[in-house]
Amino acid sequence: MSLNEPRVSPAGQETLPPLSIGLWHHRHILDLDDFSPEEINLVFEITDGMVAVLSRDVKKVPTLRGKTIATMFFEPSTRTRASFEIAAKYLSADTVSLDSAKSSVSKGESLIDSLRTLQALGVDVIIIRHPCSGAPYIAAQNLQTSIINAGDGCHAHPSQSLLDMYTMKRRLGDLSNRKAVLVGDIMHSRVARSNMWGMKAFGMKIVLCAPPTLIPHGLKEMLARCNLNHVSIEHDINTALRDADVIMPLRLQKERQQSGLISSIREYVQLYQLNAERLAKAKPGAVVLHPGPMNEGIEISHEVAYGTQSLIEEQVTNGVAVRMALLYLIAGGGNR
Amino acid sequence: MSADILIKNARIIDPGQGIDLTGDILISNGLIKTIGKNLAKPDLMTIDAAGLIACPGFIDLHCHLREPGFEEKENIATGTSAAARGGFTTVCCMPNTNPPLDNVAAIDYIKNIAASKARISVLAVGCITKGRAGKEISEMAELARAGCIGFSDDGSPVPSSRIMSLAMEYAAMLDLPIIDHCEDLELTRAGQMNDGWVAARLGLKGIPAAAEESIVARDITLAEMTGVRLHITHVSTAGSVELIKQAKERGIKVTADVTPHHLTLTEERVMRNPVTTAISLVYDTNAKINPPLRSDRDIEILLSAVNDGTIDAVATDHAPHTREDKLCEFEAAAFGISGFETAFGVLMTLVNSGKVSLNRLIECLTVGPVKILGLKGGITGILKPAMPADITLLDINKEWTVDARNFLSKGKNTPYDGQLLKGMVVATFHKGKLAYKDGSLRIAK
Repeated sequence: MSLNEPRVSPAGQETLPPLSIGLWHHRHILDLDDFSPEEINLVFEITDGMVAVLSRDVKKVPTLRGKTIATMFFEPSTRTRASFEIAAKYLSADTVSLDSAKSSVSKGESLIDSLRTLQALGVDVIIIRHPCSGAPYIAAQNLQTSIINAGDGCHAHPSQSLLDMYTMKRRLGDLSNRKAVLVGDIMHSRVARSNMWGMKAFGMKIVLCAPPTLIPHGLKEMLARCNLNHVSIEHDINTALRDADVIMPLRLQKERQQSGLISSIREYVQLYQLNAERLAKAKPGAVVLHPGPMNEGIEISHEVAYGTQSLIEEQVTNGVAVRMALLYLIAGGGNR
Repeated sequence: MSADILIKNARIIDPGQGIDLTGDILISNGLIKTIGKNLAKPDLMTIDAAGLIACPGFIDLHCHLREPGFEEKENIATGTSAAARGGFTTVCCMPNTNPPLDNVAAIDYIKNIAASKARISVLAVGCITKGRAGKEISEMAELARAGCIGFSDDGSPVPSSRIMSLAMEYAAMLDLPIIDHCEDLELTRAGQMNDGWVAARLGLKGIPAAAEESIVARDITLAEMTGVRLHITHVSTAGSVELIKQAKERGIKVTADVTPHHLTLTEERVMRNPVTTAISLVYDTNAKINPPLRSDRDIEILLSAVNDGTIDAVATDHAPHTREDKLCEFEAAAFGISGFETAFGVLMTLVNSGKVSLNRLIECLTVGPVKILGLKGGITGILKPAMPADITLLDINKEWTVDARNFLSKGKNTPYDGQLLKGMVVATFHKGKLAYKDGSLRIAK
């Protein structure tokens, strides 16, 4: 199944044709643990079409005209929120944006009450970012409206993982048996967790590289129990980087030092920073991704972040296309 | 005075006296008058208990009635109604109320409300430290004189080993137990559930077994030093069991209880609900409890400890909460399970699967807790003429489905909602009065 070339309508606007998306059965996008490889490929095929739309002068298509999409961010984020909102606008959806500081959450209204209000207002899709793991699941259990998880606590960030993989795939082609190394704060990383599921679908291998204090105690057993045998743990970055195709340093929050999880930023940099010397230990042509925002000089050196192997800017651009595809599948597919 | 009642043809199980026979119990003036065969007396309310079990009323060492201070969650009237439905005739309420039970007036308040509103006997546990703050020991001798049956800072365990040892010396003098919720608060900081694979899977902060075990070990050491009777409540890990076993072998005065949920549910329950499986992960706040639900291996060791006597009693840790306390983000949700009304049915799953004998189970709910308390408060946990008629009638073959909406407790927070159970309480007599009866109870007259 493939996405047909967008037609040009008499009015000169590009439209997307109705798709055969019989494969798609998701009402919500909460994580990638319940996505099949075929479903991810479907997302990517539609993303290809969206990338084509983004390359045009007039980027707007009428696909989601009449639909309303709300972003509800209980945690500060400029990048992910902007990416989703731009994606929605390019698809001609109306957008409403609420952030917790201004909404009634600070007045003591419960999460579910706030979301029910949005539902009653007729919103078609709610995009949630929340500091508590599982918050979008609580929402999905109590609402009929579609929920997209834009990052929940330390748990999941499915759209980020999809854009990571889409970006890798465009550069590397076939991803099977490719080795990705995720370096840093695995404990608190929703990106690492979602990528474990997403990369599994493509037959990739993953090495998680961090000091033991930044790896959850139950992770090893989780990998065994959840059949994630493509994932391994390595404390030494030089060993981890051997034969790597993809390297993804994770943001290190400075609070981790105050809470005693690392001794100092200085030592962390010595042990785990991705710099040019270390990058040279990976496969020639290996690519560098970062979920952002970066702490240049901590988890990644400036020269690597802006070097030829870095795909960090492409990730941002592809992020819009991937999120357009997700919104299209959730709100425009007519498969509800 | 209450009417005389005759319970006919019950299987009478009284583990405290090693009794298991079929017979009748005559209740007169609130006391047990006679236990025997073919008792008959005209003009008497008679209960046809053929096929039912009559045992001493259950005693719960650990519950939260929430009054005073948190009446939206529960009060003494609703809590004891729920307890009576669960077969309990005596419950010990924990002191984490507002104000806490750290002074005589507060204990008197509980006694007064209980005297007018409670369906069953309520015994108060006093605070170890003033305000449960862990800084200074409470006026423990005064609290003892006011009638408290032990001391606990449940939920806010005393971090200072020094303060704990001083409290233990006082408790030893008063011959009352220290009932400790063992938790190293530094190790559990921000923890939400067992520190295992499910926590890693869900991205939730873990509560390690070591947080419980390190304080169990500390308490045992201090108990040995002070000679206090130490009771470890809601034991949840295999490591704690091992420590308690060793301490008992060395002759240290330590006892332990375990909850029905720690014997039947694992950490997996947080992410999977066997009754509803609409969404891949559930983040079920009704399975959020402290100490957390642990692993299969922990359950295995806890069960063997119940069977070999290392664990002396089963306690519910009945912890009712409002809908709002639980219908929220997992990290924001309150810890606890509303446990009175499901305790027996849930425990019967262990009997039905052959893991615990019925007699041992009843022992852990009756004479087990009494031995821990040391016969304080006039409770005996046995059936004997001239004793108060605290009797529970059980139908171990009756199947029923848990429906939290019908709980008598204000707290509908249960991880067992919708679950089919086999074995239920059909009547509870407290001091000879029917404190609870199921519709199936056959009253002849």
